[in-house]
Amino acid sequence: MTFPKAAIPTLRIDDLHLSFRTYTGLIEVLHGISLHIRRGERVALVGESGSGKSVTARIILGLLQMTRSARVDGLLEFEGRNLSKLSAAERHRLRGTRMSMIFQDPTSSLNPVYPVITQFHEVLKRGEPAINVEVARERASALLAEVFIPDPQRVLDSYPFQLSGGMNQRVMIAMALANEPALLIADEPGTALDVTVQAQTLHLMRDLVVKHHTAVLFISHNLGVVREFADRVYVIYKGRIVEHGTAAGLFDDPRHPYTRALLDAIPRITGGGIPEIRDAAEEYFAPMVVHEGCGEPGGAA
Amino acid sequence: MSPVTRLILKRLGMSLIVLVGVSMLIFTIARVIPGDPARIALGPNATAEQVEALRQRLHLDEPLPVQYGYFIRDLAQGDLGISLYTNRPVTADIAQFLPATLELIFVAGAMMILIGLPLGVISARYRGTWVDNAVRVASLLGVSAPSFVWAVILMLLFAFFLPLFPIAGRIADSYAIPHVTGFLFIDTLLAGNLAAFSNAAWHIVLPAFALALSGIGQAARLTRSNMVETYDRPFIEMAQSYGFPERRIANRYAFRPSMIPSLTIIGLDFAAMLGNAFLVEAVFAWPGLSRYGVAVILRKDLNAIVGTVLIISAMFLIVNIIVDLVIAFINPRIRLSQRAAA
Repeated sequence: MTFPKAAIPTLRIDDLHLSFRTYTGLIEVLHGISLHIRRGERVALVGESGSGKSVTARIILGLLQMTRSARVDGLLEFEGRNLSKLSAAERHRLRGTRMSMIFQDPTSSLNPVYPVITQFHEVLKRGEPAINVEVARERASALLAEVFIPDPQRVLDSYPFQLSGGMNQRVMIAMALANEPALLIADEPGTALDVTVQAQTLHLMRDLVVKHHTAVLFISHNLGVVREFADRVYVIYKGRIVEHGTAAGLFDDPRHPYTRALLDAIPRITGGGIPEIRDAAEEYFAPMVVHEGCGEPGGAA
Repeated sequence: MSPVTRLILKRLGMSLIVLVGVSMLIFTIARVIPGDPARIALGPNATAEQVEALRQRLHLDEPLPVQYGYFIRDLAQGDLGISLYTNRPVTADIAQFLPATLELIFVAGAMMILIGLPLGVISARYRGTWVDNAVRVASLLGVSAPSFVWAVILMLLFAFFLPLFPIAGRIADSYAIPHVTGFLFIDTLLAGNLAAFSNAAWHIVLPAFALALSGIGQAARLTRSNMVETYDRPFIEMAQSYGFPERRIANRYAFRPSMIPSLTIIGLDFAAMLGNAFLVEAVFAWPGLSRYGVAVILRKDLNAIVGTVLIISAMFLIVNIIVDLVIAFINPRIRLSQRAAA
């Protein structure tokens, strides 16, 4: 499948399978998922714990492929390049430069025994290997100012445990965008933070990715956040995509039984207690629903 | 006052308390175990009057607390009394024998750190591969036999069957090195005699390695297991997903946090060498504190026993203070927190 240059999606995944070798045999975790992200587009992958969201992110980064018990099949295309055909060194070159990641808990994602500047320097070195620490400090404080950190020099000299969770999350966002990546993977960003801080940092992140034209794969179980953040949504259940549509379309008109169950799972402020949702149901395995105008490029539907 | 100064002062104060406790304990034990030191020192042919006279001179006829009072009074003047075995001041004996033991322990400790830690790092970085398995088997072997067994095995293999190293001693007799510090590595250099220096280094390899082996194994195993745990932490995943070089992740970003729990144990191992050195010294006829220590214990040479034990305890405490400082250096939480030394 060829695309005109401008239409090459930042990321295209087609029929991705993942299985782990265990003592009892092969266990398949992803049963052939397909998704794509266009340039500068924000796409959400939504599902419950264990549905395969995070492993997908680690496959895109190429980290899971280094685990010897993992078997990955299917097409992975990043900016038109087939990732499975790249050498380990070439894939390594993409990490931290063309693609980067933001994690659940910013404070534990920063190394506790090194100050922020050391780690920021290391991140900047990915984009510019020869950068020295003075230049890195200058660049880093400019980037920290961009995420509205009032006193960048102090933050750079601090250790993660001396900073608040929200501050660390801003540092992580600044690091993630430091080398102008084409794709930012946000794996449940800020879930470990309290809700107001999470909301602030998400707004900040959205403004910045819009400004920098960064494509985002936003992984979450929080539908409220997804609705705010994403252009398009894939709902994943037990290693299968069950519904795919625009954020507006999917939330206004959820068609797959699992998506409806997921939406019902949001506790209402108007009361009614904790919603009753069945853990698993026959109908959750109903075939995938694709909303109008949302098919995979080059694929069926 | 900076947190590190506080830490040092606090540790020094605690060490002093420990030393006082140890001195009371060993002082009492040495005196309550059966056997009359004066009789042993003078031999079976001495008359009862002679023995009684020596007992009085040693204050052995007085109550224990009074004896301890005399001991503390002398200690404050840097006097540990006269050894009944050598008839010299205990301090002079220790000054003569301790450097040989310390030299052995320093070299063994350096081997433990310079061999053990890198093995652990490599093992963790290549976990699950044959490299890892080889290191794990080797380090298990190292910890599973006591030092004196290794001393005998190494001596047989590399000094007797395959005469690569000298079989015993600190330095060949042909070198006459003036005694300055007692540390041959320093004295030979002070004398400007490089041949003697390398001869001394050649002599120390086997005994130090025998002494270090269990520590090497222990350090490698600890480092590996702590690093494997660290590799599962989110900040390592972060480093990997940003493409930090694997080698830097292993040697820096995973190594340093992993060292915090390892170092305490490694420090204890280092100190344990002080005890193990006794047997290794015996095997290699190393003229250190061991021969002296064993001889004075068998002769119930009270002053020498107390002096030797006190010096070894002091070394133990010094090593622990050093370990605490290194931990404070690599762990910013301790370095920066006021509650550090608690």
